[in-house]
Amino acid sequence: MTFDEGQGYVVLATLVLPLAAALILIFTPGSQKMAVRYISAVTGAILAALSIYIFVAYQVDGPEAQMNLNWAWVENVAFLGPGGISLRLAVDGISALMALLTGVVAFAGALASWKIEYRNKDFYILYWILLAGVYGTFFAYDLFFFFFFYELAVMPLYLLIGVWGSTRKEYGAAKLTLMLVGGSVLIWIGIFATFHQAGIGTFDLPSLWAAGQDGTISATAQKVIFPLMVVGCGVLAALWPFHTWSPDGHMSAPTAVSMVHAGVLMKLGAFGIIRLGIQLLPEGAAFWMPALMVLGTIGAVYGATAALTQRDFKLISGYSSVSHMGYVLMGLATMNTIGITGAVLQMFSHGVMTALVFLMIGALYDQAHTRDMKEFGGLGRVMPLWVIFYAIAGLANVGLPGFSGFTAEFHIFVGTFRTYPVFGALAIFAAALAAAYMLRMFATVFFGPLNPHWKDLKDLTPLERLSGAMLIASIVIMGVWWAPFTERVGHTVTLLPGVTG
Amino acid sequence: MRDYALFIPEYIACGVALLVIAIELFAPRLRKDLLACLTALGAVAWFAAGLAFLDRDPKSYQGLFISDDFTAFFRLLAAGIVFVVALMSAEFLKRQRGVDQGEFYGLLLIAGSAMTIMAGATELLTAYLALEVLSFSLYVLVGILKRDLRSNEASLKYILLGAFSSALFLYGLSLVYGAAGTTSYAGIAEAFAGRDSGLDPAVAVGMMLILAGVGFKVSAAPFHMWAPDAYEGAPLPITAFLSTLSKAAGFALILRLFSTAFVTDAESWRWAFLALAAITMTVGNLIAIQQKNLKRLVAYSSIGQVGYMLISIAALGYGDAQVGLNATSGLLVHLVGYIVTTLALFSALTAAVNRTGSEEIAGLRGLAETQPFLALVITASLFSFAGLPFFAGFATKLFMLLGATTDETLWIVALAVLNSFISLYYYLMVIRQMYLFDPVGEAVRFRVQPVLWGLAAILLLGILFIGMYPGPAFEFSEQAAKPLFETASAAASARVQAP
Repeated sequence: MTFDEGQGYVVLATLVLPLAAALILIFTPGSQKMAVRYISAVTGAILAALSIYIFVAYQVDGPEAQMNLNWAWVENVAFLGPGGISLRLAVDGISALMALLTGVVAFAGALASWKIEYRNKDFYILYWILLAGVYGTFFAYDLFFFFFFYELAVMPLYLLIGVWGSTRKEYGAAKLTLMLVGGSVLIWIGIFATFHQAGIGTFDLPSLWAAGQDGTISATAQKVIFPLMVVGCGVLAALWPFHTWSPDGHMSAPTAVSMVHAGVLMKLGAFGIIRLGIQLLPEGAAFWMPALMVLGTIGAVYGATAALTQRDFKLISGYSSVSHMGYVLMGLATMNTIGITGAVLQMFSHGVMTALVFLMIGALYDQAHTRDMKEFGGLGRVMPLWVIFYAIAGLANVGLPGFSGFTAEFHIFVGTFRTYPVFGALAIFAAALAAAYMLRMFATVFFGPLNPHWKDLKDLTPLERLSGAMLIASIVIMGVWWAPFTERVGHTVTLLPGVTG
Repeated sequence: MRDYALFIPEYIACGVALLVIAIELFAPRLRKDLLACLTALGAVAWFAAGLAFLDRDPKSYQGLFISDDFTAFFRLLAAGIVFVVALMSAEFLKRQRGVDQGEFYGLLLIAGSAMTIMAGATELLTAYLALEVLSFSLYVLVGILKRDLRSNEASLKYILLGAFSSALFLYGLSLVYGAAGTTSYAGIAEAFAGRDSGLDPAVAVGMMLILAGVGFKVSAAPFHMWAPDAYEGAPLPITAFLSTLSKAAGFALILRLFSTAFVTDAESWRWAFLALAAITMTVGNLIAIQQKNLKRLVAYSSIGQVGYMLISIAALGYGDAQVGLNATSGLLVHLVGYIVTTLALFSALTAAVNRTGSEEIAGLRGLAETQPFLALVITASLFSFAGLPFFAGFATKLFMLLGATTDETLWIVALAVLNSFISLYYYLMVIRQMYLFDPVGEAVRFRVQPVLWGLAAILLLGILFIGMYPGPAFEFSEQAAKPLFETASAAASARVQAP
């Protein structure tokens, strides 16, 4: 067994471990609530460790796809040729960073769900299935399994939100599920069309990418399929005007689900645009990217404007996510190295800081049972640590230097100015709006006179401090020492087809 | 030479059927579970005998019936379905009075044998007779609850519409016979390939009538009117039987008939299948949204499934033998996935309905609290129907639609995917009842009868196995589909050589 193969099993472990945890939990009695929590915490810790290992072990001077694992699954039947469908996993610079994000957020989310009492076993089963889907999508180098895991990540959301959610949970859950599955319907159609057009009888992604680049998939076909793939993935990435599930879904979702969902799942959408759009259909990308730029910019400005008018914490974060995912889409649409690198960095940055924001909102809501920011004031006096954590997340959100948001947004803005200066200006306008809604919230909630009704609020629990600290560490490291991040991402981005320097 | 040995598995099935009926007649006081066990054992023996007919060279019985892998595939399916339905019925019928159980179990086996003959028939009248044997068994089974008015109504409606469709089929058959001068599939293909003029209008009409006739049997819209009523009135296990065996049998007949006898005139029927598929899936899925009754919901959802499957038949007409093989393998593997899923769903539903006595969707309220295992099986089956990963439906539907993708059918494949999105909505409405609401009355765990529990567990494992490792099922389906296209390519080469 070569070293690379051995690492391949590490990658496989990130898929198998959450599924194994789910299986163990199924056979754990539901009354053993503490056992359920410990199993989940251990799973989360191991996953985080594996993810950090994958990120660190990715060699920036090595080949693009590392830690390969390739198991034949179904081949030489009917329309499937040799290597038709295989469980092929590999890591490139982009998925290495995404793995790190998933590991950190998954562990933090598992700790944040400690408080759940109602059927917590079922909650964690669905939670780990979801995370297996997330890891699988990031590592899949086979179109069949990419879609398999992509769907797997969406499937548990209905019950996670519908059963354990709050405010209008049934509506939020149904809307979110139907819109996301509606998106994957488009991807599904795109996959049929791609497979048929390529005509090489395999789902192997590198072979299909080659087919897309050497013209086996004709330019006309690429132009037709590209919108299907990108809108399909875009729904999950809150592409305007398909973002409407995001505020409702986040408002209804329980804390950990919001964290994982805004933190990681929305990134699957943007990741899908890279894998199925830019890599698979370069001709289509060249044709359609200006349109994506327009939609991304609208999303960025619209999300920030909408966040400015909201009073519910979760709605503010929901719309702010729409805005930040708009930056990601803009970065991808620049089709130059620095812009796309920025987009991937923003995926990470937005992931950790949104997870932190939702963690803080959850910590408050569990005690106060309201999320209307007008009802609060002067919380700095009763919950100092909460305020500090929230403020860090908020400032990273605004893009203050020293935090991850700055690194990411700076790359995106530079990239956008290179190709589309006007949109770059709009993006900076949206960033200014972000400062406005964040500072407005700080002023109302953190400072001012304390409402005596809230004088008994308790500060963060030790577990919340731990998960918050991990997220803050990620935010700060990326903001201060971004070389390891940009190196890994840049290593892969320069090799993407159709990307200019 | 008359090779009677080709029917050995069916001798076993029919022999056990007669035995079961005789036992009921001569020992009416015997425990009825024993009849179910005997039927299940008979099905196992039938299955085992069927295994011996796999991987053999095709052998024809007098040009009427051919024993090849395609026939063997459907024989195994039939035996499997009868096995599950018999065990399911044993638990269900305990609570029903006035049911003649000997006839019930006997007819299950006879209907299953009829399906094998339909799959293997290579002659129109044989196919028709097998179809009628199947239909008559089902008419009786649907109406077997003699004291239940709904069951009677369902049976009557089914008989009337079924007789009508048989008449259409028979008339179409006579027109084809008139033009071809023979009723054997190979003879028809030869006659049509060898003619020098264009298509005879009588043949076109004949094909359409045959299509309408089998369209009734598989409940394709607009010939689906009987299905929801028959499904609703029939005893629960028979609803499972209707939605698996009778559909599989219909597709077996269509596949062999259209891929061998009518293959030379694909241009004149392929558009009809496309239209039928588009209408069927859309109608089925849209009407399913409004249903309140579980059985009607399943009826409409299975109509939707039939719509997807019809695309594969249309694809037969749009490509060469390789496309036909791809489409058929896809269709067969989806049939397997669909049957396993449906049977799992009905095992769980039977257990739930035995307990609550309600066949409404709202009757499942809070099932996740009172019986989490059943809720899990039902959820897994519904997700499998909707084509979500981990479950059989994801892989098999993907294979079926990929196999059916040609330049001309791509649009309808897209329509099918959109339809399966609609279907997710009404499946979620069922799942919502089970997981999002508290049960009516006291939330006490109830026990499931061990037989039903075991069936549901095994079928759930089947759903997961096909969903996660579809290779073996797909390879088996391809093996079963191959014989159809060896003759097809022979006919194509015959057409080329014809002057």
